[in-house]
Amino acid sequence: MLLALLQRLGQMLFVMLGISMLVFLIFFATPGADPASRIAGRGASPEILEAVRKSFGLDQPFYVQYFVMMKKIFITGDLTSFVNRGWKVVPAVLDTIPVTLSLVIGAAILWVIFGMLIGIVAAATRGSWLDKLLMILGLIGISMPVFWLGEVMNLVSQSRFHDTWMFSWVPPLGYKNLSDDPKGWFLTLIIPWITLAILYIGLYGRVLRASLIEALQEDYIRTARAKGLSETRILLRHALRTSLISFVTLFGLDFGALVGGSALLTEVVFNLQGVGKLTYDALQNLDLPIIMTTVMYASFFVVMANALVDVVYILLDPRVRAS
Amino acid sequence: MTAETIATRRVSRGPWATAVRRLARDRAGMAALLLFMVILIICLLAPVYASWAGVDPFTSTLDATVTIDGNAIPVMEQSTEGLGLGYNPIGPTWRLGSYFLGADNQGRDVMARLLYGGLTSLLIAGAATLLTLTLATVLGLAAGFFGGLTDIILSRILDILWAFPVYLLAISLSIVLITHGIAIGPITIESGSLWLPIFIIGIVYIPYVARPIRGQVLSLRESEFVLAAIGLGVPSHRILLRDILPNVSTTLIVFVPLMMALNMLTESALSFLSIGVQPPDASWGSIIQDGQGLLYSRPWVAMAPGIAIVLCVLALNVLGDGLRDALDPRSKIRLGRG
Repeated sequence: MLLALLQRLGQMLFVMLGISMLVFLIFFATPGADPASRIAGRGASPEILEAVRKSFGLDQPFYVQYFVMMKKIFITGDLTSFVNRGWKVVPAVLDTIPVTLSLVIGAAILWVIFGMLIGIVAAATRGSWLDKLLMILGLIGISMPVFWLGEVMNLVSQSRFHDTWMFSWVPPLGYKNLSDDPKGWFLTLIIPWITLAILYIGLYGRVLRASLIEALQEDYIRTARAKGLSETRILLRHALRTSLISFVTLFGLDFGALVGGSALLTEVVFNLQGVGKLTYDALQNLDLPIIMTTVMYASFFVVMANALVDVVYILLDPRVRAS
Repeated sequence: MTAETIATRRVSRGPWATAVRRLARDRAGMAALLLFMVILIICLLAPVYASWAGVDPFTSTLDATVTIDGNAIPVMEQSTEGLGLGYNPIGPTWRLGSYFLGADNQGRDVMARLLYGGLTSLLIAGAATLLTLTLATVLGLAAGFFGGLTDIILSRILDILWAFPVYLLAISLSIVLITHGIAIGPITIESGSLWLPIFIIGIVYIPYVARPIRGQVLSLRESEFVLAAIGLGVPSHRILLRDILPNVSTTLIVFVPLMMALNMLTESALSFLSIGVQPPDASWGSIIQDGQGLLYSRPWVAMAPGIAIVLCVLALNVLGDGLRDALDPRSKIRLGRG
């Protein structure tokens, strides 16, 4: 088992190295993508371009630039923005992490609870109208672009019905610190939480239902029925247990991806200053160091989440453990 | 029962005919197919609609007027809010041919843009799906069949792409390519071309398809008919084309609607972040972005394309479910991460 864990760790480091190089190549070595011309602006004279290249260290060979950048991100932490040269990028990224975590953790709690509820109810009433209704609702949830759903939510809660009893409690868009204003933090995040969770509620409900129904065909369920256990007990104690393994795997991957930047669209629509919003703002003025750092941070988070899921899997599953 | 009747009964239809019959009996799947076809046909009629309504959906027409009940009404109305300085585009008239869904902030007919945008969105999603499936099949077949060093290198590359969050990879590629375009060997894609989002979206989902294909090929490679073909000295390309490709084709077909659904959502997200389809072209995502500033005053500009996306993606997802049940009930293809 130790070997399997070490192997996984090695693979993780390899993928991280690969991603860092890929990101670097995309931004600095794509044919036609000259960062210097971007900093200098359109129509800059060759002398200015040359000066910019020298001043930003872009005249050095790619591998030197790569190592300098990696050193600045991970070791010295003093990478500065191209647009605002006094601005340190690493602390700026670290500042946004609590916002993204607040958003994603809240949404995750919602989607786990409601996803499980929907999956279990649909599997228990499979074939009935309730099952069909829940599955159609789930599919609609999966089919909605999250940024558009966010706009619908804003339209309803900030404008059209803001003055009615239903949504008068909704504060203006923006993020409030948990430590300064816990109530404000909670209220501003309720609608973003729901928006982000809806897609995953649909997805998890559908996945859980399918895996429960598959589990119910197994031999050990027939044995449990033969023992005279109640249908509820069979569903919740026997079938659900096996189904939860895939549920947990899925959760690890999705949670990692969201904290790693997939929540970008939700953050942009609700004006929450998280990692994704920082990336988006840097996008507007092509501030490469910020984009590099957030993309790097995000992909590392995803890689680590994937590795963690695999490790938990190795620890949980006796078959994998043995081999 | 004689042996003869049993024999005639056993003559089964081919797997494809069986699948088509199963799909035809799936009412939800058929309804979804119908809905998708209707959306497609309506979008294909975009040029007809625009010329019939006499509007140009791609240039700003701030001084246009629309005739309602014999009265000519300017498309941009003087704002009644605040100091009354700005201009507001008119809202929906709900009359086909005369600014049905109102105008956007450049005085363009939203309905005409919606139809053209749908055409763009469908084109990008379809072409990107084709690109993903082609490249993923080649990679998956090569990695699974040849094994060894080929497999190790290809699998590691796929691992890296897989671990890269889809939106961030797409965003990174878009930022770099959207302003300068790209030139790889003989292929040159100019900035602002529709091929850029197709290329980007087509690339980022390759591992999602290539990994399951590789897995399937790995097990097919050990199956008796393939081992027999190898033993007989049949050349590799022939085995791949004649024995292995037909066996992974059901998986590929199931992936088509699911990938298209995913690609539509990705395209709309990129265009919403203004790194997808570039103006003057419109897509459903970019129209939602145009409508963002008008969200509280003229919500239909952003709402209508969103509803169109939901309907289209919903139809594709239902169709994908139906296809999977019809072709390959035991498969566990699932998309939807990110």
